Amino acid sequence: MPRNNLIIRIAGDGGEGIISTGDFIAAACARSGLEVYTFKTFPAEVRGGYAMYQVRTGSEALHNPGNTFDIFCALNSEAYEINRERLLPGTAVVYDDSFSPEIPEGVHAYPIPMTVTSKQLGLKKAKNMVALGALSHLFGIPAKALKMVLADTFASKGEDVVQANLAAFEKGAEHAEELSKTDDWRLPEGSEVKDVIMLSGNEAIGLGALIAGLGFYSAYPITPASEIAKYLAVNLPKMGGTLIQAEDEIASISQVVGASFAGKKAMTATSGPGLSLMSEMLGFAFMSETPVVVVNVQRGGPSTGLPTKHEQSDLFAAVYGSHGDAARIVLSVENVADCVSMSVDALNLAETYACPVILLSESSLAFSSQTIAAPDPDSIEVVERKRWDGEGEYQRYAMTEDFISPMADPGTPCALHIATGLEHDEVGTPNYAATNHEAMNAKRFDKLKALPDAYRPVEIDGKAKEQADVGIIAWGSTIGVVREAIAHLKADGVHVKGFYPKLIWPMQVAQFEAFAKTCKTVLVVEVNHQGQLAQLIRAQTAIKPVSHAVCSGLPFTPKQIGTKVRELL
Amino acid sequence: MNKEEVVSDTIPIKPMRPKDYESGVHPVWCAGCGNYGVLSGVYRALAELNIDPTNLVNVSGIGCSSRLPYFLKAYKMHTLHGRAGPVATGVQLARPDLDVLVSGGDGDGFSIGGGHMPHLARTNVNLTYVLMDNHIYGLTKGQSSPTSRRDMKAYTTPYGGIEEPMRPLLYMLTYGATYVAQAYSGNAKMCAELIKGGLEHKGFAYIHILSPCITFNKVDTADYFKGIIKDIPEKHDISDLHKAMHLIYKFKDKEPVGLLYKSHRPTLDVIMADLVRQAGGSKHYDIRKIIDQARP
Repeated sequence: MPRNNLIIRIAGDGGEGIISTGDFIAAACARSGLEVYTFKTFPAEVRGGYAMYQVRTGSEALHNPGNTFDIFCALNSEAYEINRERLLPGTAVVYDDSFSPEIPEGVHAYPIPMTVTSKQLGLKKAKNMVALGALSHLFGIPAKALKMVLADTFASKGEDVVQANLAAFEKGAEHAEELSKTDDWRLPEGSEVKDVIMLSGNEAIGLGALIAGLGFYSAYPITPASEIAKYLAVNLPKMGGTLIQAEDEIASISQVVGASFAGKKAMTATSGPGLSLMSEMLGFAFMSETPVVVVNVQRGGPSTGLPTKHEQSDLFAAVYGSHGDAARIVLSVENVADCVSMSVDALNLAETYACPVILLSESSLAFSSQTIAAPDPDSIEVVERKRWDGEGEYQRYAMTEDFISPMADPGTPCALHIATGLEHDEVGTPNYAATNHEAMNAKRFDKLKALPDAYRPVEIDGKAKEQADVGIIAWGSTIGVVREAIAHLKADGVHVKGFYPKLIWPMQVAQFEAFAKTCKTVLVVEVNHQGQLAQLIRAQTAIKPVSHAVCSGLPFTPKQIGTKVRELL
Repeated sequence: MNKEEVVSDTIPIKPMRPKDYESGVHPVWCAGCGNYGVLSGVYRALAELNIDPTNLVNVSGIGCSSRLPYFLKAYKMHTLHGRAGPVATGVQLARPDLDVLVSGGDGDGFSIGGGHMPHLARTNVNLTYVLMDNHIYGLTKGQSSPTSRRDMKAYTTPYGGIEEPMRPLLYMLTYGATYVAQAYSGNAKMCAELIKGGLEHKGFAYIHILSPCITFNKVDTADYFKGIIKDIPEKHDISDLHKAMHLIYKFKDKEPVGLLYKSHRPTLDVIMADLVRQAGGSKHYDIRKIIDQARP
């Protein structure tokens, strides 16, 4: 059964090195010129508990974690039991022989003495290394690259540690060699090694912000966004920037507003509960026309919800979450590559339009490591805010042709002004007159009118003018799932096409409507309960889409999308 | 605001006079409001230090006293209820070369913004916080505030108050403010002196000013405040935290006015700058080195 990609799932206890084992496989595959898309779940407990790491790897571009895994490695019986129902005929299972599982029919079993071998070598925590050796031997995970990764990882702990781990790895491979291989799973060959980097969605957002010239970052700890702060805590000071952990999300967005007023590109990152707390200050940023970026890494809600699970349910909060007539720009990322390029977009747009920008990511991307082309900072456009040129008399909220008023950093001579949350005139003087309020509201909204056309066009999966029976609209990481579903459906002769908006607000209405005209049925798929994007589409466009909204705590699989499309034919 | 704000178009001519800091907007406060004395103290302190309005940022939240920025010639932010502290922190950390002044009231600072106060103090942000305490909410017409006396009848306490007032000075000392002073708004000279000291101080300077609300607070009037204030003795050791706390207790029903405590430790921006230096940071750092860390 030749396939150009394989999905390997490793599961066990958090303390058994599941996450690092997955990282080793991902790194070795990436070093060997293979594409990588990982998916993991951390234990809900603070220490120990079930952990799972899934690596999808192959020779061609990968857009999602896949339908289900082909190879399963269980380091203990609990992890095996959790996954037993998902062991389809044909799946290969590698497990520690300290337990004797009931193997379903058609499943290929490879018992490996992980615990025993680790003990024989006098090592406390080398079970995962034995498993890694066996996996490498059985399925062709490049052994040379794996050993290099291990040597690099353990180098700082001394040569003894490196050798001990390599020995455990070799033993695992030897044990696997003694078994006869009954399945056909084997990793494809990597192409020539490309200029890639591999990082998680959270790290990628941090990197993008650095490329865009981030000067100030403040945030409060929250799952699944904290890793952005961890990455920036290491790297922002190198770029001369300032990072602070605030006492709460209200303080972090407040500090960001203050830093931006003072002239720095400023950002915070949070998840749903934090976004709720920030909504009043986002209204102030809109009213005072202060550029700020809020990254919102979505998790299951409402309230505390499902803090470690995947969901796309903060769309309404992102688009509408403030009192009064307040708007913001909302962007949403599909994958790790977007996390880099669109966090650049977010900072650029905040500076350009002098307003809040919310960048939506998702928990499934936050911790997913993916290989992406190494960005070339010289080829990435970085935008600075429009600053006052010193001509004439300065008016902070001056009416201009594009409705964007030049800003002036404190310290600029002859440009003293007030940034205020009270309705104000062009100077900044409070003014509650009806005509003024109408005019200033219009100004703040009109400056965003140019954006839907100025932002890059929505990607259409398929030929723009070709008619389709079903047109699928998706946002966020669901796009990657739809891409694969569409490829399969097309191969089966189904007339289907996709529409993948990344600028969510203000909506690119004309493009939505043009797309819908080419489809008999428009289907919107998203991971939430209300069908939030579908509702926005109904409110903003003439389209009457079919909404397929599922909130299972997990991303869609390509199969699920395919099934839904076939129902509509 | 009924008059247009006049935005500065002049580069400061030194030396500055107090009236050079007037924005031209006439204060909206009631005639006889204590805040006039505080505003006059702010003008005088700035003039004595000859601070360039171009390099001054005044941040406020919401409330009567939070209107102060409109009356001052400076870069200014009139933000959200309770959030002046963290907004000002962002300004100060982004631009440590600026003078940052926060002005606000007791409800703004200690009720809705109370969660931020400990962190301004403990992190020793280099800014000056002038808090005008009238023991009531004036802008919303007379509800009891966190510093209202317990038995005070007010808007929502027609049968008398039910909550103990807090002790702002003890609070700020406990959380680590490095400059703590108290004044009475009727003494603009003392206000000026203490605000000046706060602006000169490197670190978080907290100046608590008892500032009567003549319209809504019928119990804590100007006469009441005049009767309870008592000068801090000249021999008081301002460098001793325990003595500062002890003095507050020793004064019992009297409110000490003057400089209560002053100490030095690195400010947040200085610690941050050290951190950047340690990381070898600069604006010219080659981002490719950071990108390379992500190579598999």
